[in-house]
Amino acid sequence: MLTLLKMKTLDQLKIGESAVIKSFSQRDLALKFMEMGCLPGEKITLTNIAPMGDPIAIEVSGYQLSMRKKEASTVLLEE
Amino acid sequence: METSPQKIINSTSKISVALIGNPNSGKTTLFNALTGLNQKTGNYPGVTVDKHLGFTKFKISENNYSLSITDLPGAYSLYPKSIDEEVTCKVLLGIENNPPNVAVVVTDASNLKRHLLLATQVIDLKIPTVLVLNMIDEANAQEIKIDIEELKRVLGIEVVSVNSRNKEGLEELKNKITLANVSTNSFYENIKLETFKLGTSDFRKAIENQFHNDKIYRHQLNKFEEADSLYRFNVINYIFAKTVKSPQHITKSVSEKIDKILTHPVFGYGILFLVLLIVFQCIFFIADYPMGWIENSFSFFMQKAAANLPAGQLSDLLVNGILAGLSGIVVFIPQIALLFFFIGLLEDSGYMARVSFIMDKLFRRFGLNGKSVIPIVSGVACAVPSILGTRTISNTKERLITIFVTPLMSCSARLPVYTLLISLMMPDKQILGIFNLKGFALMGMYLLGFAATLITAFILKLIVKTKEKSYFIMEMPVYRTPQLKSIGIIVVNKIKIFLWEAGKIILAISIILWYLSSHGPSKSFHILEKNYTEQETWAESKAKRMELRAIYESHKLEASYAGWLGKKMEPIIKPLGFDWKIGIALITSFAAREVFVGTMATIYSANDKESNKSVREKLLKEKENNSEKPKYNEAVCWSLLVFYAFAMQCMSTMAVVYRETKSWKWMMSQLIYMSGLAYLSAFVTYNLF
Repeated sequence: MLTLLKMKTLDQLKIGESAVIKSFSQRDLALKFMEMGCLPGEKITLTNIAPMGDPIAIEVSGYQLSMRKKEASTVLLEE
Repeated sequence: METSPQKIINSTSKISVALIGNPNSGKTTLFNALTGLNQKTGNYPGVTVDKHLGFTKFKISENNYSLSITDLPGAYSLYPKSIDEEVTCKVLLGIENNPPNVAVVVTDASNLKRHLLLATQVIDLKIPTVLVLNMIDEANAQEIKIDIEELKRVLGIEVVSVNSRNKEGLEELKNKITLANVSTNSFYENIKLETFKLGTSDFRKAIENQFHNDKIYRHQLNKFEEADSLYRFNVINYIFAKTVKSPQHITKSVSEKIDKILTHPVFGYGILFLVLLIVFQCIFFIADYPMGWIENSFSFFMQKAAANLPAGQLSDLLVNGILAGLSGIVVFIPQIALLFFFIGLLEDSGYMARVSFIMDKLFRRFGLNGKSVIPIVSGVACAVPSILGTRTISNTKERLITIFVTPLMSCSARLPVYTLLISLMMPDKQILGIFNLKGFALMGMYLLGFAATLITAFILKLIVKTKEKSYFIMEMPVYRTPQLKSIGIIVVNKIKIFLWEAGKIILAISIILWYLSSHGPSKSFHILEKNYTEQETWAESKAKRMELRAIYESHKLEASYAGWLGKKMEPIIKPLGFDWKIGIALITSFAAREVFVGTMATIYSANDKESNKSVREKLLKEKENNSEKPKYNEAVCWSLLVFYAFAMQCMSTMAVVYRETKSWKWMMSQLIYMSGLAYLSAFVTYNLF
């Protein structure tokens, strides 16, 4: 659990920052993410944050995807 | 019927085609381009998803073909995560009907990788399949090159590139549909048709019934679906590398630049405010003109019919029951058309996703969706089109809550009631030199409605439970120019749905209400009529006759079943400060709240029913029993105002709620909640004074 807490997750990115997806911490969300093209090993870039700080938008495999921060926090990133 | 998938489609045959694709693949635009207005809208059994069926006929070298094309709801995969995806999955699997003869998978050519997931799943169903590379123009503009021949070879099916905006490739697509084949390739080892059935809710239910706990099953299924998707994407990456050449740097800069403005903390909300203002102005003020024409032509026909038909029950039913009911249905068309036109523009352009993006956090707290903002704001004009417009909200719980609370917004039909009541009790006083006191009261009513909307949504958020998983993982499509013709077809379809499905309920209730207010316990009714006819023959002037007529109608209403009910319910509404006369108005305005003013005019035998002024004068003169105090004092008026702000009093809304939720329970809870809220609030208001 401690290692999980330390892991970098998608919601921690800043605008313009890129990272590579490592894995997912929630199984049912993982499938949805994968269907939307967010696969382990895929490079993503945070492109936009809504004015109220949530949701966020990322660029993945050539298109823009938006999600809530809570959902983004289940996407674990490579360090 | 025999539908062996391997069978080659013979000439002159009817081919059933299913159109499948991710949301934003341009599937509906393609569907509209293929079939035009030659469409039928129905329902999938048991769910609130509309079934769009279109037809087209063509000839290829002496052979006649006729296609019936189903536009399936958008889906990202065949492992359903929403009602929409489930419907799509079921149709393709042929669970409730025969599977389609041909599946046409529509993909966005500029975003092929993700779209191929669904394509490979459909191909594995072993249905004859055609792949459409839609919006090929956009891919070309981005210098994405697709090797169609190679793609055909690796997928093992026909591939067509289409630009549904200028209809390029449509003829070729039709041709390829007739040549569709089953691929011999398979994209997941040993995948079987049965496997896909595991994910549908029917199967889940069966498992649940059998084992009472499907946790383990669900876990296993999830694991399998994950493995399947991973495997497929590996294959797709390979296919993609072999067939698509896209420039290293993808330039989506235009969309990004627009986003900078439209999701900006200041400009973003400013522009949204402007957009809402324009939409609101149009459905509130512009729709007023055609609505006026419709009402005028109906009353013209009603007068003509009344004058030309022989007096009697049947013509009364025709004029005051059926024609009046029809008028009450048709009158909604301008508002529905305008609202759907705007929703179409917002959706097609890609702006709706941005509205959702910037409003989500605020609305989520109240159990609503970012997209709820359009229906709720439009609710100020009319709840009927707004509720029909909640279709854009894909989350079931958030959509149901939006449907439930929208009628609490003060709609335009409440305006005449508000104006009459406010003018009864308030002096024409200026505040701070420029503001009118009445204006403040009116604004207060609108704010009251808005507050009730949000509070109710918040309460429902805590109560309503759905099994459906709630996501906000949503594509932000690139900005595109909306397709006016395609939007036009959608508007026409929405109007058709409203006329047929909500229309019949509205008409039925109109007729019931007509009966209640024009018939009564026979004896007293008969005497009344006789007296009136006698007196009328003795009346010496036209003015006198008009006066007599007004008095007669007032007595007639009092003697009718509606009058009888109004008197019977007096004990119930007395705590709110209402008497039996208001009781009658409550009953007759159950169908539509604006009828309140007209009924009050009839009860108080006002000569001129059209103008507020004459009703107002009569009501002002009304005194409380055996006293000189005016009956319509502040307490009664405020109580009535609050009552009309919250009470349902609109059968068109109820009909539409039923149609959109497919549930009597949901409709009735809304009616009971709103009536209860209206009663309690009016009670509190009356006793505060």
